[in-house]
Amino acid sequence: MSDTLTSRPRTDASARLTPRGTHAWRSRGGRISFLVRPCTLVISLALIAVTLATLVVSVAVGDYEIPLSAVPSALLGYGERLDVFFVQGVRLPRALTAIGVGAALGIAGAVFQSLSRNALGSPDIIGFTSGAATGAVAAILVLGAGRLVVSLGAIAGGLITAGVVYLLAMKNGVQGYRLVLVGIGISAMLASVRDYLMTRADLTDALGAQIWMIGSLNGRGWSETAAVWIGLAVLAPIIFAVGQRLRFLELGEDTARGLGVNAQSTQIIALAAASALTGAAIAVAGPIGFVALAAPQLARRLTRTGGTTLVGAALMGATLLVLADLVALRLMAPTQLPVGVVTAVIGGSYLIWLLYTEWRGGRA
Amino acid sequence: MTDDASNRLSGQDLTLSYDQRVISRDLAVRIPDNSFTVIVGPNACGKSTLLRALSRTLRPARGNVLLDGQVISSYPAKEVARRLGLLPQSSIAPDGIGVADLVARGRFPHQSFLRQWSAQDEAVVTEAMTATGVEALADRSVDELSGGQRQRVWLAMVLAQQTPLLLLDEPTTYLDIAHQMDMLDLCADLHAEQGHTLVAVLHDLNHACRYATHLIVMKDGEIVAEGDPATVVTADLVEKVFGLPVRIIPDPETHTPMIVPVDRRGRGRDHR
Repeated sequence: MSDTLTSRPRTDASARLTPRGTHAWRSRGGRISFLVRPCTLVISLALIAVTLATLVVSVAVGDYEIPLSAVPSALLGYGERLDVFFVQGVRLPRALTAIGVGAALGIAGAVFQSLSRNALGSPDIIGFTSGAATGAVAAILVLGAGRLVVSLGAIAGGLITAGVVYLLAMKNGVQGYRLVLVGIGISAMLASVRDYLMTRADLTDALGAQIWMIGSLNGRGWSETAAVWIGLAVLAPIIFAVGQRLRFLELGEDTARGLGVNAQSTQIIALAAASALTGAAIAVAGPIGFVALAAPQLARRLTRTGGTTLVGAALMGATLLVLADLVALRLMAPTQLPVGVVTAVIGGSYLIWLLYTEWRGGRA
Repeated sequence: MTDDASNRLSGQDLTLSYDQRVISRDLAVRIPDNSFTVIVGPNACGKSTLLRALSRTLRPARGNVLLDGQVISSYPAKEVARRLGLLPQSSIAPDGIGVADLVARGRFPHQSFLRQWSAQDEAVVTEAMTATGVEALADRSVDELSGGQRQRVWLAMVLAQQTPLLLLDEPTTYLDIAHQMDMLDLCADLHAEQGHTLVAVLHDLNHACRYATHLIVMKDGEIVAEGDPATVVTADLVEKVFGLPVRIIPDPETHTPMIVPVDRRGRGRDHR
């Protein structure tokens, strides 16, 4: 089709244009207006429904089966005592932890991918997760630490690694591919540090460290639930507040600045908050792989928005992880698999699919 | 009224640098109001750097850029974006973003949480798309467009900002000659009909002479000449700035100066 000015097709000049897939809602007088995306809204509600349904199933099934009809009363704390114990004391906190960790990883992944403008720019790939794992393994093997110190070690390891990667990748702003490449390099170095520590450790400690590195929700209770949800309650609003600016930064830094977006402060706030959120998730559940990588991309493809959708990524992450944990629990029952095994299988397939379609589309 | 107050956009004593590498020193520049100013010069002469400083995407190491009499960095970011629009050299369209969606992003400086998509936003976006001839593409993805269409979509986004000042960094790069002329005609229309003050960095001297009402010629980070292209552009100047011997003849279409490089392989003399 020709696109010169002289031959351009004219449309009805009175036709008003609103961005694709959106619907404007305006107050009378027009002082207040909101832009609603019905498609995103429907997908979000669907993801919430799936998450809640999985939650109910998660608390009902297990070696001690609870009939679905007894679940509501057990959730509220009356009903049979054993039902209430399993639902309130064991399964509910675990499922809520899964939802919280999934949402945290989804949001953090979306932020990192947006900042690096790269679908591979998730904390898994850019070295954050690897740094956290190394911090935790060092805490377990060198300090012989308990769970709290291991968590702190993970957060410290993750933040230090993120800082190092960011500084090494920075040159007149951060380029996405540079972040990914530096991250891969640092990850490889950190892996060798972990391997070295493993060879020096005794068998029980090494096994404990190895299991921690897979990422698991086994045995997580209300304290973990509280930790991850407090992290979400504090950090998610900060990230959502800069969410729109992040989407503008995806147009390129100069373009965003030209539109009146404060580029540097947005980057720093988003990076710090997303790092802390990843740290909280990893501290609670270990380095669960691929949720942060896959959730934002799946959400964005489902909602068909050009650019990042933070809420979508959060909901998708929650859905993925609570589903994966149900699979991890039941697949080889009574043996509980670490959920990281399941997400790795899902995530690996997703990654192959992503690369395959991008290659076919000629974009990678 | 001081001299500077008559220019909405100007720079004083500008030292511009990337990290330690100084591009320009003690540069003074004034953009005449309601002009179509074009900045030209050889590669790496600092013309894009100057434009970036004027659009506050590059912070001067020394000196100030003044917008409406105030230091540009003293304004809130959105306030600047309501007065001055920028089309940078490279912009990135996120995968799958729609044309209308992208153009609508230009309304950001006029929006707030309670004012996300007013009737005015909608009217202005429609107008910007009509002015750039992309309204028929509204529902397409930017990915699917040709280079010429894409560049017009980006321009539409900047127009949707509704700024009196428009800064364009090499708007014709990567376009074929027909689309280059398209783009420049569009810019000339914006200048002549809608009263925008335009500042563009261009590579092609002949284009610059045809379209500019005010020409700024740069070399090694300095402004070596400025003014009406018809008086500024001489064979001496071009040779001094670009190191290329040329002849200047009137453009048969517009009677503006046209630069014809002297043939250096000796064939020209035979035909004289």
